[in-house]
Amino acid sequence: MKSGVAILIVLAALLPVPWLVHSDFWLNFAVLALYYAFLGQSWNILGGFGGQFSFGHAAFFGTGAYAAAVLQLRFGVNPWLALVLAGVAGAAMGAIVGALSFRYGLRGSYFALVTLAFAEVLRILADALGFTGSGVGLQIPLHQSAANFQFATKTGFYFTILGLTALGLGVVWSIEHSRFGARLAAVRDSEEAAQALGVDVFRTKLIAITLSAALMALGGTFYLQYFLFIDPDIAFGPQVSIAALLAPIVGGLGTLFGPLLGAVALQLLNEVSESAIGSAPGLNLVLYGVILILIIAFLPEGIFGLARLRTRWRGVMRRPA
Amino acid sequence: MVEAAIIVPAILNGLITGAVYALVAVGLTLIYGVLHIINFAHGALLMVALYGVYFLHALGGVDPYLALPIMIPAMFVLGYLLQRFVIGRASHGKDENVMLVTLGLAIVIENLALYLWSSDTRTIDTPYGFSTVDFGVALIAVPKLIAFAGALLLTLALWALMRWTDLGKAIRAVAKERRGAALVGIDIEHLYAMSFGIGIACLGAAACLLLPSYYASPHIGSAFVLIAFTIVVLGGMGSFVGALVGGLIIGVTESVGGLFLGDSLGQLGVFLIFIAVLLFRPTGLFGQKA
Repeated sequence: MKSGVAILIVLAALLPVPWLVHSDFWLNFAVLALYYAFLGQSWNILGGFGGQFSFGHAAFFGTGAYAAAVLQLRFGVNPWLALVLAGVAGAAMGAIVGALSFRYGLRGSYFALVTLAFAEVLRILADALGFTGSGVGLQIPLHQSAANFQFATKTGFYFTILGLTALGLGVVWSIEHSRFGARLAAVRDSEEAAQALGVDVFRTKLIAITLSAALMALGGTFYLQYFLFIDPDIAFGPQVSIAALLAPIVGGLGTLFGPLLGAVALQLLNEVSESAIGSAPGLNLVLYGVILILIIAFLPEGIFGLARLRTRWRGVMRRPA
Repeated sequence: MVEAAIIVPAILNGLITGAVYALVAVGLTLIYGVLHIINFAHGALLMVALYGVYFLHALGGVDPYLALPIMIPAMFVLGYLLQRFVIGRASHGKDENVMLVTLGLAIVIENLALYLWSSDTRTIDTPYGFSTVDFGVALIAVPKLIAFAGALLLTLALWALMRWTDLGKAIRAVAKERRGAALVGIDIEHLYAMSFGIGIACLGAAACLLLPSYYASPHIGSAFVLIAFTIVVLGGMGSFVGALVGGLIIGVTESVGGLFLGDSLGQLGVFLIFIAVLLFRPTGLFGQKA
């Protein structure tokens, strides 16, 4: 229950942000931080809690973004409905990728590779097919209204992404407190042992990737509505896949608040470095890569691990000699 | 009906490209075979090598083929140092960490290149760049022929190195039985770094052979990296013969696929092979059962 209360406190603290920050810059910062946290949380379900490292989560992100764009442009579907349908499309893509790769027992680097390849196949398809706008991409015509998921100010987007954050935290919280969560943790720690105890390993991993992909697709749709544009490289390129795995690894893999903590830290770092050395193409990603290596080298449990390390240290200090 | 006059040159071109792919893939498969890790920085390091050859030519006037004796040792040293002091140190011996560290390296290297050298594609002019040889059925560019022969020779040389030298024996020992190798006095860390270095040295050679008919750009690595993975998976992780055969198959698939489906969809065939092999035969054509 304690982590449930923590979720409510964090959400309550995030709620008044639009009234506390008075510049568009910081509101944009908050929207992007929560957006990256949400992508990270999606990845965290499969990668952090399930131990299956995907290097191609862009496959699900792009599926969501393109599904929402095509539904709006070609079929006149309302963007909010498109958001829900995009989530369903993402779940379906996740189930397909999961069913194929887990059925044949792919794990570790093989699984990372196959996800990477699926994202690449989708990128090539989006690049070649006419109804996804080929290489040019798809642009959503500007028509600002809340009913149309196009807010005139960033405040509307902030509350939308906050709602998605709440959804992500809620999903992860309920995984942590369910039998499914226990099975997932067992699979992560040792597939053989889990199997021996009667856990259906395939089914467990399949549910995890489906959930993870559905959330990721919602993230893709949010991106589409925020920037009103999507193209094959944005949707299925490696950048999104890297962004999704970076936040939970930096914050704390397989923890409830790790992705949020990681995303805020990375976003802050991004702003600081940009104001210090200016924004040059590639430079922020260089920084991200260095951080990724340093975190793995020195803080394998992420920023959260740091906190845990300190409490452990205190415990050692308190223990009578 | 597509005529033989179009198909035969496509197959020949595919075989030639495939040989260079094989050289890139042999490095990857060697690293996998010994360290049991997938080097996600492989493409990025190939890109570095291509820039190395480019700058040697542009600033020092060194012919790309004469750059071979410079690039091979230079890339070897780079690879050795990376494994010994970055990848080995940072990953604490955990496979998933190695994956992430090499991914991190790829991000750093690619974007540093983007920052330093901008996204322009760079090509070099050589006196033989546009010469061709007439094979009756097809005209083949001279640099491509040299690349083909060079890639085959180097792959053979590497195979001989692994087969007949003490170093090769030690590397194979580590690959087969890490603890046993350590017990007979083999320095594991050193051999890991040696293997990684040799794998990266292959990229130095591949870059010298590629650049006369190719170009350098910061994102060139990602085009190669999935293809190299495909070849390694298709041939069987850790298998030299597999990498060579796989390289040729993929080269032909890409070239013939491009002929029928156009350049962008043509690549699809490669990835479909990749996914199919991973799903149905993850040990590949020549790999041993895990």
